[in-house]
Amino acid sequence: MEITPEKLRWIYTTMYRIRRFEEVLLEQTVLGKSMGVAHTSDGEEAGPTGICAHLTDADWIGSTHRGHGHCIAKGVDTAGMMAEIFGKYTGLCKGKGGSMHIADFAKGMLGANGIVGAGIPLAVGAALSAKLKGNGTVGVSFFGDGATGEGTIHESMNLASVWKLPVIFVCENNHYAESTPVEYAVSVPDIADRAAGYSMPGVVVDGMDVFAVYDAAGEAIARARAGEGPTFLELKTYRYHGHYHADDPHTYRLPEEEELWKARDPLPNFERRVIEQDLMDEVELERIRNEIDQEIQDAVAFAEESPLPPIDELYTDVYTNYSNSVRGLR
Amino acid sequence: MTEITFRQALQRGLREALDADPNVFLMGEDIGKYDGAYAVTQGLLEKYGPDRVRDTPISEAAFVGAGVGAAVAGLRPVVELMSMSFSLVASDQIVNMAAKIRYMSGGQLKVPMVLRAPTGGGVQLAATHSQSFENWYASVPGLKVVTPSTPYDALGLLRSSIEDDNPVIFAENALLYATRGDVPDAEYFVPIGVADVKRTGTDITLVGWAHGIVTLMAAAEKLAETGVSAEVVDLRSLRPLDMETVIESVEKTGRALVLDENWRTAGFGAEIAAEIGYRSSDYLDGPVARVSGTDTPSPYSRPLEQLGIPQVAWVIDEIEKTYGI
Repeated sequence: MEITPEKLRWIYTTMYRIRRFEEVLLEQTVLGKSMGVAHTSDGEEAGPTGICAHLTDADWIGSTHRGHGHCIAKGVDTAGMMAEIFGKYTGLCKGKGGSMHIADFAKGMLGANGIVGAGIPLAVGAALSAKLKGNGTVGVSFFGDGATGEGTIHESMNLASVWKLPVIFVCENNHYAESTPVEYAVSVPDIADRAAGYSMPGVVVDGMDVFAVYDAAGEAIARARAGEGPTFLELKTYRYHGHYHADDPHTYRLPEEEELWKARDPLPNFERRVIEQDLMDEVELERIRNEIDQEIQDAVAFAEESPLPPIDELYTDVYTNYSNSVRGLR
Repeated sequence: MTEITFRQALQRGLREALDADPNVFLMGEDIGKYDGAYAVTQGLLEKYGPDRVRDTPISEAAFVGAGVGAAVAGLRPVVELMSMSFSLVASDQIVNMAAKIRYMSGGQLKVPMVLRAPTGGGVQLAATHSQSFENWYASVPGLKVVTPSTPYDALGLLRSSIEDDNPVIFAENALLYATRGDVPDAEYFVPIGVADVKRTGTDITLVGWAHGIVTLMAAAEKLAETGVSAEVVDLRSLRPLDMETVIESVEKTGRALVLDENWRTAGFGAEIAAEIGYRSSDYLDGPVARVSGTDTPSPYSRPLEQLGIPQVAWVIDEIEKTYGI
């Protein structure tokens, strides 16, 4: 599939932005600067980037507890994300959602989601809305291999197939559901095989290769926009760090396995390829990296300097029009 | 004014909402071709077509969640569950998604969705089909819970629920579908969160909602025969909860009875009773009287099932026991 020079730059910028955001967030979390837990997605950058390269702000995505990459690829502001994870009032959700629940209405980001599998029906609903409005937009649902054991994915795939909804099911198979290996918990070698049971195409994609993801996603999204119904993509990928910042992955996987995956790292692979094919040069790549390094550093500074939410924020946003939600306790 | 059934009132409310706003659509199990398990959506598929009156597979988690997603993306879904008991299958979507999305997004997203469901027992469907989880949902911040008792309230509250920008659990007690009452011929709305004094009186306040109001109105009739003047307060919604109307009545009558047709332990009636006791103890002639369903699963056999559902006599007895009137 043809990629414009602008799109290529966007892809590299986005993948590197995700990488840098996750690395810096992990440092900050270990230092105790952010609040709560951080589920990082470095290693998996090619997936959200290759998919969201085909989307606009009018398309909706649903995400997971490991959602920073999806947010960034959908265009969500990194400073607002960092501030949210730091629990600050300037965060995208005023500090009420945190890492696992970052949402951005203007960007079509339905929200990261702290309940495994729960975001899938939401993306299907967004796709239903697109179909009923006839506006040509799509819904994309990101979920992990672990979520494929939940009922919601099976119900949602059936519903989307029966109603021929413009939705793309994107399974990011990073091979571990927290600590449980996919070989133990999933009954098929390729999760994409399950798509056949719901009469939709199921495609296994190298989730470390952004070009492969871009091509597969382009086809699936074009199908959806043309009214031809849902597609299931299984991206074989790997998270470089533990389930969350304090998880030691070596209690359940070997360093040798990690090295094998890191040899397929999406960023150097992209760099080699664009330089070989004379599409971008090292000077440009480095300039992008420097810009992003600065952006993420600024995001941390912004998050650190931002105020905490005022006390009244405890009570707001429960309803649109009913403020008396905490009866008698105020 | 025209006299219609509770079921007809709901159907008229759905028709009016579908006519008023192209973003309103219905979905649920067997609501289209089959007209709905309780015939509330009878004839709507024919008039509004399969896009707006949408039959779903039996997948409560998926279609309730799809309702949430469609609502966030700009539509106004009215989702029908065949029974409130089945809402448990979708409870994660209700409690963790619909109720929380607005708060967790810092007010960016809204979920204008109505979840309608028949609720309650009394029709020999046994324990798993006779429950009223609207009482549970009433404790969840982010949800509204609407519990009409008359055709007038059902129609007016349904219209308000569909126009509301928040997720609304709309509980339809199945014993009420065939009950009759007058409704205005012109369109009207009943605001959510305003209790209604269904009968005025001076000696005791009887508080309830939904089908409980039928029992309380009959009890008030009975009490009148012995010279006791009972005021009946219909909460109409459990969340928002209009305690002010309840308190005003209790402070006038000096006596209160709360009827909760469901389980007593940690039931919604306990919340009302506690709140009355806390706020109005200086005005009360005795403790707040309570009548509730038995703390048992609902049995199948009719005589046995009836033993667990509050009757008029229970109300009369409880008042006599508590207040000696």
